[in-house]
Amino acid sequence: MSDALRVENLAVDIGELHILESVNLAAPQGQCTALLGRNGAGKTTALRAVMGLVPAAEGSISFFGDRIDGRPPHHVAKLGIGYAPEDRGIFGGLTVGENIHLAQRGRDEGRLRRVLKIFPDLERFWNQNAATLSGGQQQMLSVARALVNPNRLLLIDEPSKGLAPIVVERLAAVLSEIKREVTIVLVEQNFSLAAHLADYGYVLDDGRTVFHGKMTELNNNDEVKRRYLGVT
Amino acid sequence: MEAKVLVSLLLQGISLGMLYFIIASGLSLIFGLMDVLNLAHGSLFMWGAYVAMTVYGYTGSFLLALVIGAAAGAALGVFLEVFTIRRLYGNPISQVLLTLGLILVLDEMVKVIWGPTVLPFPKPALLAGSFKILGRSFPYYRAFLIALGAAVWAAVHALLTRTKVGLIIRAGVEDREMVSALGVDVRRVFTLVFALGGALAALGGGAAGPFLMVYPTLGMDIPFPALIVVVIGGLGSFTGSAFGALLVGVSQSFVGYYQPELAVAVNIALMAAVLLIKPEGLLGVKREHA
Repeated sequence: MSDALRVENLAVDIGELHILESVNLAAPQGQCTALLGRNGAGKTTALRAVMGLVPAAEGSISFFGDRIDGRPPHHVAKLGIGYAPEDRGIFGGLTVGENIHLAQRGRDEGRLRRVLKIFPDLERFWNQNAATLSGGQQQMLSVARALVNPNRLLLIDEPSKGLAPIVVERLAAVLSEIKREVTIVLVEQNFSLAAHLADYGYVLDDGRTVFHGKMTELNNNDEVKRRYLGVT
Repeated sequence: MEAKVLVSLLLQGISLGMLYFIIASGLSLIFGLMDVLNLAHGSLFMWGAYVAMTVYGYTGSFLLALVIGAAAGAALGVFLEVFTIRRLYGNPISQVLLTLGLILVLDEMVKVIWGPTVLPFPKPALLAGSFKILGRSFPYYRAFLIALGAAVWAAVHALLTRTKVGLIIRAGVEDREMVSALGVDVRRVFTLVFALGGALAALGGGAAGPFLMVYPTLGMDIPFPALIVVVIGGLGSFTGSAFGALLVGVSQSFVGYYQPELAVAVNIALMAAVLLIKPEGLLGVKREHA
């Protein structure tokens, strides 16, 4: 099984601050890999570095074997990496349909129809400004935008953040469906959601990878969960 | 106030507002998308006026003069973006210094090519006279400015709402980083918006020429109220620029009628009031990038 994404010894500096010291991550193709850690551990920065939104100071990032560090974000996206950021990155002044069209490269109507079948709310609110959607619907739109292209990898940053438990349940069902078709790297604070979805888990602390293994191993490792994730 | 005076002042204000709008819309889009306050926007306006005047002198076609003037503005906009401003994105102090320097260069070039004196830009015969509204005469040329402003509004509005490039521009004003993460080369769109902004500024200059005549400090006189329009309307908001321009034009027209010396002060007072009540402008876009 080859790795869709491979990050080795990644360091990222923002100004004087060393945000990432040494992050290692391998996301096997066709699997869901969770990136876990407390607030400020560097999870979001790691995803941003993969997208080319912050430069890597050291280390390497490879996508299906090709180095992608140093490439601008639009190149990275076009290689087939979809990104749903932590703040959802929705354009509130654009309609739902415009948000989708903006993301679409080419006109694959069949794919669009499949995506809208997964997210029926989006079709219902197609002509409505995205700012008027609920938090859950905005999250669905953010993920849907990453799915309208034939992406080979999805980076999803804290999809459950700020959502009611019932909405998180619905989202979990949708992500379970999606992960059958595409490789996912998921940043998540909600450990039970990550444990439910992910096949592999990586734990970051202070900009370093401190644990990696199968999600079942992580789930059974009370010491790591307590020490780095605050889960008892 | 008599109805006919009121209508006359209103129309005058709208025509002035439309001229401000044509200039301000480009300035607003450039700032909204790229965080670049292009102080040299006024110089593009002035270059538009000079080029249009020259083309009109040679060809006698006002339409051709406006089109070539706008094309020159677009070309100059692209030149400035590609060879100077592009290197300074994310560095606002350097941008201010650069664009201030560009004003000096562009204004001096105008003096070298066309000389330092005021040059006449005759109104085309078709637009030279005036007509009566409620018994008061209203110049055809001002009516033309209103029509031109409305046409520019309709064309740019269609570009922004019905094309993919327009979608990218509107989304980029909100969060350009996310636009690039969706696979769009935002830098290319920056150049395009500079071309559009330059074309609009120069079109405004060409249209203002017969109205104000053409002289080397023209780049300062109209663009200053246009900057106020951008702040009032909201940086990056095209429709906001239209509202702001009408507000500034009409209030300037009314105040100018009663207290001419306060005509400019009222604009600044309006801007201060809007900044106090709604700092992002009347229709300002809430932006993700600082």
